[in-house]
Amino acid sequence: MSTSVHDAAPVAPPRLRWLKATIGAFNANKTSWAGLAIVLAVILAAVLAPIIAPHDPLEQNILSRLQPPYDDFYLGTDYFGRDILSRLLYGARISLVIGIASTVIAMVVGSLIGLLAGYYGGRFDIIVMQAMDILLAFPSLILGLILVAMLGPSMENITIAIALTSIPSFARIARAPTITVKERDYIGAGRALAFSDARIMAGHILPNIFPEILVMASLWLANAIRTEASLAFIGLGVKPPIATWGGMIREGFENILDSYWLVLAPSLAILVVVFALNVLGDGLRDAIDPKLKGER
Amino acid sequence: MGPGSPLRSARDDGVRWKWLRRSGQPLQLLLQPGGIMSAFLVKRLGFAIVTLWAVLSLVFVVVRIVPGDPAQVILGDQADAAAIAAMRTRLGLDASMSEQYFSFLAGAVRGDWGVSLVTGRPVIQEVLAVLPWTIELTIVSLAIGIVIGVPLGVWAAVNRNRMPDYVTRIASLLGLSFPPFVSAIILLIVFAIMLRWFPVISAGQGSASAWFQSMALPALNLGLIMAAYITRVARSAMLEVMQEDYVRSARAKGVPWWVVIWRHALRNALIPIITIVGLYLGILIGNSVLTEIVFNRPGLGKLIVGALNQRDYTMLQGMMVIYTLIVVLVNIATDITYALVDPRVKLS
Repeated sequence: MSTSVHDAAPVAPPRLRWLKATIGAFNANKTSWAGLAIVLAVILAAVLAPIIAPHDPLEQNILSRLQPPYDDFYLGTDYFGRDILSRLLYGARISLVIGIASTVIAMVVGSLIGLLAGYYGGRFDIIVMQAMDILLAFPSLILGLILVAMLGPSMENITIAIALTSIPSFARIARAPTITVKERDYIGAGRALAFSDARIMAGHILPNIFPEILVMASLWLANAIRTEASLAFIGLGVKPPIATWGGMIREGFENILDSYWLVLAPSLAILVVVFALNVLGDGLRDAIDPKLKGER
Repeated sequence: MGPGSPLRSARDDGVRWKWLRRSGQPLQLLLQPGGIMSAFLVKRLGFAIVTLWAVLSLVFVVVRIVPGDPAQVILGDQADAAAIAAMRTRLGLDASMSEQYFSFLAGAVRGDWGVSLVTGRPVIQEVLAVLPWTIELTIVSLAIGIVIGVPLGVWAAVNRNRMPDYVTRIASLLGLSFPPFVSAIILLIVFAIMLRWFPVISAGQGSASAWFQSMALPALNLGLIMAAYITRVARSAMLEVMQEDYVRSARAKGVPWWVVIWRHALRNALIPIITIVGLYLGILIGNSVLTEIVFNRPGLGKLIVGALNQRDYTMLQGMMVIYTLIVVLVNIATDITYALVDPRVKLS
């Protein structure tokens, strides 16, 4: 990638090349497409929940409680006679909103920290990354658990807590390539042209490290959804009666001995979404990982 | 591979495992005063102390910025002013902030982590009472993960881009997609409710069979998830090592392929595997919380969730400290193992 100073006038890559590169990355490992399709289908189902849900997710029907799956209730009913399929569809909204919001926050804040630390280096880098290491050393579920317990289990607090647990990972992922990229000739050329640090970082380093950050984001989205469900299972989810997948498992767990379909449906829902995101992210990572490049 | 082995050649310098055959002598050399290892240890311990201090300070601040008076929270809305004042004194909340901070730090160092607000027993006693359960579960799970994960990863790497590789990759990706409580519940449904091989609630003590019954499902749950992580690392580490020159040379001079795989390649691949296992121990500890709840097994996880539900703030503080301590110790142990396995690692 090293170019002579002459033709190093930094030009942002045309948009079309980005699109081509993205499609190329997906094609490198075809399973990525399958992962993407499932994720999009779940997002669609969550968005359309009010239209496609057969029942009101909060409507209690004491006469038909703990029903196994049958004609009117495709996945059965829970302890309060609520339709499990409808709760599943609405629960997808909570999972996705908290998952995506916390991942985006972590991605923006974490990448910024990593970019600044990698770019400026020196004492600033050491102190910031040491702090990140301390945060990273802590098991993320336990950190999230304590934060939510202290802040109170609201949607915003859960999002913040999950974001906080994944910021250090993004900082590390953004920092490593920044250190390599900033030594390249075209960055030196930019400096020689008296570009501001902000312009170099935003215009010339960020586009280079962005693919890696984005791939990490898809893997961390999977993790965020899993953490949200875990917190809800412990009892630190969005307050009932709002349907969340982890909360449904928590409620169903009390009747596990005689009605195990209560926990099975939301369990499979979490598994499918997390698996699809992992397949997606994993395939893309293979595609952009320079170590494995040219091997396929 | 002894000194007289025909396999010994200049190429074998790539095998970084010589220290293991040398009866621990290099370890003594490394650890002696002035040795690189002791400097390294001092540095790591320094980081550990800074980490602990940072977490303690964080706990101190967090507990105090939480809205509401802790004494009020503990005693409830009906409490009268005198009771609240007495509770504030008991919690040391009437002292100045800096006094509170230093007595908190000093107490933490002495192992005096306060008294549980619920049971009235010292926090450290409560923690130490359940700690063996969690440590035991973690070790057995880790062993299961390694025993399943490493051979599976090697198998996948050897059969790269063929059926065993695809199956292993999909299975391991599926394994690490499982939220640990979901896999625990599925194990519970299948083995305890449908097949009735194990009791649903198990905290047996005393006999070996009781121990096995209380350990099997939780350890299997955590071990399988751990195996999924280890398989992936083992596979990619093996793929990388198998491209090295010394592997090609060994093959070229006619060493049987299984000797090349197990003796030349895997030994070198173990280095990244060990590092990653150390990192994933944090995940394992987090997952054990959920596993302990599902299987109703005593341990740190049940303790922390109980403390959360009962708003036992001093207990939560103590739990934060003990978790940090565990993680820091694991990190140091990993670093040391890593450095020992690969003498080329710069310890500074």
